[in-house]
Amino acid sequence: MSRLTPENELLASEIISRYPRPKSALIPLLHLAQEQDGYVADDAMEHLAELVGITPAEVLGTCSFYEMFKREPVGRYLLNICTNIACQLTGGEELLHEAEKVLGVRPGGTTADGMITLEDVECIAACTEGPCLQVNYRYEYRVDPAGLRKLVDDLRSGARTDIPHHGTLQRVRQHIPADRLGGIEAPEVAGTPAWFTARQAPPSEQKAGS
Amino acid sequence: MATNTYVAHAPGYVDNDGPKIVTRRFADPESHTLERYLATEGYDGLRKAMSMAPAEVANLVKDAVLLGRGGAGFPAGVKWGFMPPVWPRYLVVNGDESEPGTYKDRLLMERDPHQLIEGCVIACYALGLNQCFLYVRGEMALAQERIAQALNDAYANNFVGKGILGTDVDIDVVLHWGAGAYIVGEETALIESLEGNRGMPRLKPPFFPAAKGLYLKPTIVNNVETLSNLNWLLINGADAYKQYGSEKSPGTRMLAVSGHVKRPGVYEVEAGNISFRDLFYGENYCQGIRDGHELKMFIPGGGSAPWFFGDQLDLKLEASDVGAAGSMLGSGALVVMDDSTDAVRACLRLVRFYARESCGKCTPCREGTSWEEKILERILDGHGRQEDIDLLLSVGAQISPGRYPAASFEDAGLSAVPFPPRQTTICPLGPSSVAPIVSAIRRFRSEFEAKIVLDHGDHDEVDHDHEDNHDGHGHAHDADATAVAAGGH
Repeated sequence: MSRLTPENELLASEIISRYPRPKSALIPLLHLAQEQDGYVADDAMEHLAELVGITPAEVLGTCSFYEMFKREPVGRYLLNICTNIACQLTGGEELLHEAEKVLGVRPGGTTADGMITLEDVECIAACTEGPCLQVNYRYEYRVDPAGLRKLVDDLRSGARTDIPHHGTLQRVRQHIPADRLGGIEAPEVAGTPAWFTARQAPPSEQKAGS
Repeated sequence: MATNTYVAHAPGYVDNDGPKIVTRRFADPESHTLERYLATEGYDGLRKAMSMAPAEVANLVKDAVLLGRGGAGFPAGVKWGFMPPVWPRYLVVNGDESEPGTYKDRLLMERDPHQLIEGCVIACYALGLNQCFLYVRGEMALAQERIAQALNDAYANNFVGKGILGTDVDIDVVLHWGAGAYIVGEETALIESLEGNRGMPRLKPPFFPAAKGLYLKPTIVNNVETLSNLNWLLINGADAYKQYGSEKSPGTRMLAVSGHVKRPGVYEVEAGNISFRDLFYGENYCQGIRDGHELKMFIPGGGSAPWFFGDQLDLKLEASDVGAAGSMLGSGALVVMDDSTDAVRACLRLVRFYARESCGKCTPCREGTSWEEKILERILDGHGRQEDIDLLLSVGAQISPGRYPAASFEDAGLSAVPFPPRQTTICPLGPSSVAPIVSAIRRFRSEFEAKIVLDHGDHDEVDHDHEDNHDGHGHAHDADATAVAAGGH
């Protein structure tokens, strides 16, 4: 769809400034593009390539490796059901089948109303709370079929205002005020921190010596 | 304080009666805030560290024998010592927790982000470096938000950034986040990912990250739980730390026990001092297998670990003992399976994970893991062939040659094969896929055989494929495998 908006381009430069090399910012920037459009658009990838000084093909190379980046629009909510071992033992596969029935789609598919995309995912680190799932990367634990149907109803009716639309990952962002930044430099110019050289001996001995 | 109970705001965490180091603030629902952190010895470890010379801090960590909690269990202090005197150097924190069954780093990041940040700053100070990247798994939105907020507060209050605690020390800690790839938990893949690339592991040796890591500069990669120990360790010292745990594994560690136990949970335990039996059946821990069932097998250290069985229950949770017995403690992930579990189905589920997550760099893993998956699938679908069991083992042997680590099976006269496996791949992902296969076939071969329809009568062509496979040429062809499976009916 689109390149980054001017506000997002500002955010992008702030993110880039936190890394010794611009390309390191690429994954957070791809998330930013996905937050803006709900997926990672081709134009956005071209824009990111300009911002970090690499080719669009390189951006695509990175983007296509990672499961969370969607290169086509998905539903407003991504419903990710874990079927890995701990959840399999507690009913994750049955839950996935229930979701297929309730939503009328297979994993990877999006409901006709464009609201929900279903995915079966690998272990999401809530193994004691299986079967578990995430909606736009927000957890639901020990979900039974009735709980799943209620969740789907609530998502469709707009009752789950606690869950942002697909693409929004962090609603709190790291921000380092200019006067608080220690100083991030390219690896070619960064050297030994002066404080480290000065502190080879314990502070007490330094004082005694001075 | 409630003991021996679930803590509602920390899903899965069970507050048992043992000593607590990294989870000691979990009882407080506001433990993630700077205010609560400062009221509970927060940043006191950093103050202590900065009253010492960097080398003294590093020595303290070495003296405490703080073992890495990411899986390999290598002493952090020794790892730190591998850095050559070259600058710039970097600290990268591995918060990409995704090993099947592993659930602890997420809790630490969500419940006590300042404890982790303090650990990062202490480690940076000890190592004489000023740039730290905290890599959080992409799917963990709340952990990212909590760390972002905590970093913003820590920067504003001089615990991170320019002039830490009013001194001349400048250290930046940057939140970085991934986008869904298990392999990025491997440290060189993590570094590739942090450079903005596809997360594929680097060949090592010749260079390990401590010598040439991020931007080919010296880089230490430490796990979240490892660094979360530093606040307590600096405040209380190495001797106090060694009061807990066993001689070989001092301190505590977090374990996630999931599956068919009455009380699955995340427990902080003195690992070397308790046995698997204590953990699964103890009143303070999991309280036994669910009613009406008995233990069939368990995974002692994450999806990549060979399985254990009833025979291994009395082993202590000590890395060296578990390794000699044929598996690993890994990342502290225990998955308990009772007698209702289909060994072949569990095996397929784990193998499918490795097939899906293989990064594709090494041929034996890229091809082998998906072959393993296909063969297991056809066995479960009723299209299995008699030779499939040996074929599975043969594909596994292409990824991990030699005798694969396995638990002893006394009734069958089989002794333990010690960990780790050998590998024809750059990283351990491919060999990990062999763990469930060898574990399940060695112990439950009859379950595989029972699923295999003995004679379809029409698979002459199939046998050719087999011979090819045994010759090592046989990454035969998808189409053939499908045709064969279909031809069975």
